[in-house]
Amino acid sequence: MEKVKIYSRFERFWHWTQMMLIITLGLTGFEIHGSYHLFGFEESVRLHSASGWAFLVLTIFALFWMIVTGQSRQFVPVRNNVKSQVMYYISGIFRNEPHPVPKTPESKLNPLQRIVYFGLIILVFPVQLITGFLYLYFHYPDNPFALEGLETIAVLHTLGAFLLVVFVMIHLYLITTGHTIGSNLKAMITGYEELEQTEN
Amino acid sequence: MKKFSNTLTALLVSLLLPIGVLLITVKVASLRGQPHKVNAQLSSEHITSVDHSQFEILQQDFESPHNVTEACLSCHTGRDEEIMSTAHWKWERETEIDGKGKVSIGKKNLINNFCTGANGNNGSCMRCHIGLGWKDKSFDFSDNRNIDCLVCHDQTDTYFKQKGQAGMPATSATANSSYQVPDYPYVAQNVGLPKKNNCGICHFYGGGGNNVKHGDLEEALLSCTQHVDVHMSYDGPDMACIDCHKTERHNIKGKLYSVSSMNVNRIDCEQCHSSTPHNDAVIDEHYIKVACQSCHIPVYAKANATKLYWDWSSAGMLDETEEPYSENDADGNHNYLSIKGNFVWDTDVKPEYYWFNGTADHFLTSDTITEVPVQINKLFGEYLDSTSKIWPVKVHRGKQMYDTEYNTLINMKLWSAQKGEGAFWKDFDWDESARLGMEYNERPYSGSYDFISTEAYWPINHMVSPKHETLRCTECHSDDSRLENLTDFYLPGRDKSKAIDYAGIGLMYLALAGIIAHLAGRLIAYFKNK
Repeated sequence: MEKVKIYSRFERFWHWTQMMLIITLGLTGFEIHGSYHLFGFEESVRLHSASGWAFLVLTIFALFWMIVTGQSRQFVPVRNNVKSQVMYYISGIFRNEPHPVPKTPESKLNPLQRIVYFGLIILVFPVQLITGFLYLYFHYPDNPFALEGLETIAVLHTLGAFLLVVFVMIHLYLITTGHTIGSNLKAMITGYEELEQTEN
Repeated sequence: MKKFSNTLTALLVSLLLPIGVLLITVKVASLRGQPHKVNAQLSSEHITSVDHSQFEILQQDFESPHNVTEACLSCHTGRDEEIMSTAHWKWERETEIDGKGKVSIGKKNLINNFCTGANGNNGSCMRCHIGLGWKDKSFDFSDNRNIDCLVCHDQTDTYFKQKGQAGMPATSATANSSYQVPDYPYVAQNVGLPKKNNCGICHFYGGGGNNVKHGDLEEALLSCTQHVDVHMSYDGPDMACIDCHKTERHNIKGKLYSVSSMNVNRIDCEQCHSSTPHNDAVIDEHYIKVACQSCHIPVYAKANATKLYWDWSSAGMLDETEEPYSENDADGNHNYLSIKGNFVWDTDVKPEYYWFNGTADHFLTSDTITEVPVQINKLFGEYLDSTSKIWPVKVHRGKQMYDTEYNTLINMKLWSAQKGEGAFWKDFDWDESARLGMEYNERPYSGSYDFISTEAYWPINHMVSPKHETLRCTECHSDDSRLENLTDFYLPGRDKSKAIDYAGIGLMYLALAGIIAHLAGRLIAYFKNK
């Protein structure tokens, strides 16, 4: 076992800022949706819009960073080991078997994570951002390009929001399935994780 | 040392910087623009250029109000032509109605939802005409001596048109304890721009009493607090009607849709306030689809009750002495009058909301009934119409006479000075009243009648509330929305896709169940292996 730096400073900043913004967006978004009363409708609308902008800026920074550093490849799904990763979660984990795909700084994400995060980056985030900003700026029928009302946009945006909530729930649980219960969380905070040495 | 620096970095990138971003976001979300201030020029600041009491022509002993008018026009030349081209004089105007083409309509020939129509009940109704003595069809609309200058321009509050005299003030022959012959020289020497009560004498009391018709125009506005009306309040700018209803050569800005149809010559809050008065993007953009009035007039009839329902069908019951009688509701408003039927009144009424693009339909005397309730003046508009806005509306519902054979609404003859002339209010004979009313209006009447539900629409514009009483977002953006009847668009907070909500929540439960099952499995395995 060796302490290896696995998350850079920017990645950690990105992750935790994103967490805060997604929580804010979720709490305020579902208040606007009418699910409950929390901050008050007007406060929620303003917070949601401001957080949406912050999320957009953060996403642009993250994309820029991923492309410049080449870290984007971390999120490209792979075909190998998808099955063994699934098998690990549905049986291996209960038999104390080791993770089928070792975590290394070169490949931080397991094959399932790659698929899910890729889905978020390529589908859910863009859909949320695009529908979110259309919601903000093109919701009246007499705008330059008429979107006869908000319905389609709002429904898509709500769907994305539910998917994100489910993602966050599962994500929070799977944090505890690392090498130790706290190792994943610790890695995302400190950047370092105790990893099995693999021979290069 | 390295360890310390790593901890510090971790603290910074994993906690402090993200919190910093969140705080900036919250700060940005809390930024509000200050509403723009308004600087209005009020008519009360107008300084009259002459002293009318100095004019010799106004110092004579006038024999009749007609002579006063002559005196006025001898200096104010051409004003007669201005006034005689207005709807205040003609009680009708050329109008283009969507689907009905060009028609000339107004109080003169429209059927309303109160006393059914003015024409034929001249003695009483034409008291609110700006002429002198439109008692029947012989009234000469081309005679400028028939203009009543004083009723609008009197500043002494002593000039009144007498009840039942078709717009004439009391004469030596008709004067009684309530109405004396006006002191013409005194009134004529004290004329000026119309004050609130000059307009209010007709516009407050239309329909037979204070606030019967409009709901947002009544005598309380003569002296009210900001709660009742921020513009007209004595502790506010104390504005007069004509401060908004700007008038150029007797053409008064403003539209009343119980008689109007076209989107012209309307008053707009933008006259003084801009189209972005809140100086706040989120709120200002509501203006694209929501009239200012919708949020800023949360309730109307704030001081005195307004009539919301009028059922003619129960009218005509007499007491044991065969005399008409009245009954009051708990607030002291009539809920039954033998001459008129049953009423419902209310105060602090929440408006109903309609899309409205500034044009309205009218049920013409030539129209036949095609829908129930009969729409007396349907307001046009819908979400997809870019000129439509959501407007607060007083809906006056009623039940009135219709001809069951011809399927038309009936003009009733209600008023006459004495019994035996067939007027309903004196003789209580439905059939005779309908026959005479229709005859006067030159319309056919089959002799068979019944009662039918009707609805009239009064867009609400007055009784603007102070800022802190403005509607909160959730009055509309919630399940319990004031806009529940406007279903042709998606309103955040009110509308949602039930399917997506069920699917999303179902998915959340599924995920939770999976997590719990998986966790349980891990715990069992953990203790087994121990």
